[in-house]
Amino acid sequence: MSEIMHSGALVAVIALVTAFTRFLPFVVFSGRETPKFIAYLGKVLPFSVMGMLCVYCLKGVSFVAAPHGIPELIAVALVVLVHLWRRNTLLSIICGTAAYMLLVQLVF
Amino acid sequence: MKNEIKRALRDTIPVLSGYMVLGMGFGIVMHSNGFGVWWTLAMSALIYAGSMQYLAVDLLAGGASLISAAIATLMVNARHIFYGISMVDRYKGTGARKPYLIFALTDETYSLVCSGEKSKRYYLFVSVFDHIYWICGSVIGSLLGQIIPFSTEGIDFALTALFVTVFVEQWKNTKDHIPAMVGVCASVLCLVLFGKDDFLIPAMVLITAALSVLKVVRGEAEEK
Repeated sequence: MSEIMHSGALVAVIALVTAFTRFLPFVVFSGRETPKFIAYLGKVLPFSVMGMLCVYCLKGVSFVAAPHGIPELIAVALVVLVHLWRRNTLLSIICGTAAYMLLVQLVF
Repeated sequence: MKNEIKRALRDTIPVLSGYMVLGMGFGIVMHSNGFGVWWTLAMSALIYAGSMQYLAVDLLAGGASLISAAIATLMVNARHIFYGISMVDRYKGTGARKPYLIFALTDETYSLVCSGEKSKRYYLFVSVFDHIYWICGSVIGSLLGQIIPFSTEGIDFALTALFVTVFVEQWKNTKDHIPAMVGVCASVLCLVLFGKDDFLIPAMVLITAALSVLKVVRGEAEEK
């Protein structure tokens, strides 16, 4: 019973701290006027953050050990090229993901 | 309103595929660690943070202390603070929906709402749909994960692909590429310096510093 209680408490703590990280900026900057510097960050951060998220997704890729990140490089390049060609998000994602699945399952 | 629902459904299709797979993965791991469907459902509904939930399985299985769980959560989810800072103005005036919008601001939802002209209803639909996908995926994984007939290895690349397309789309929609380059370069640099488990927080600090310098330099250039 106490083990279940502890697990429940863990879930509660993780949920609360996660919510804390999400609510913090909104609570801190809840005033009528958003500080100028934060408004500036609001404009430029999305560009930086998407770059950071792309790197974050690929952080586990090893270029030293086989297959040297080749499937990821090919699939990311394909997503970029297809997207520049058609500007259709869904098409780009389907092409890239299908290519990646084929590469990791059949080739490498 | 119908158009906004349609647009939100269409835009969240990549998230649907990614969350189904990652959610199912979470449900399967929970199941194999002896946690039933109600645990999985509660965690996906209440925590709703993918990478954290995977880590949470280890914390639960190992009986971690509450303090160490809180610190681990803070480290893994510190990036949410970044999302919040860039959404403070966008989520202004969203009224009663606002607490839910903030609670449900995942990486993927952020990528769909952070740029371009979007309506308040669109924010809500994207947030709710993504949340539903995540809950459904994890519950399905918990209930029948072991009996999938084909290999889904690599399908979670859909989320990487989503971020890459958003990155390209943002790149094409602006002439100022420096913030995007700052994001990529600072992250790669910190990844090399600090390793894959510890690079996010230094990367965020470096990005903030670089963008501040950029503002000062440009501010001076404008005054001349």
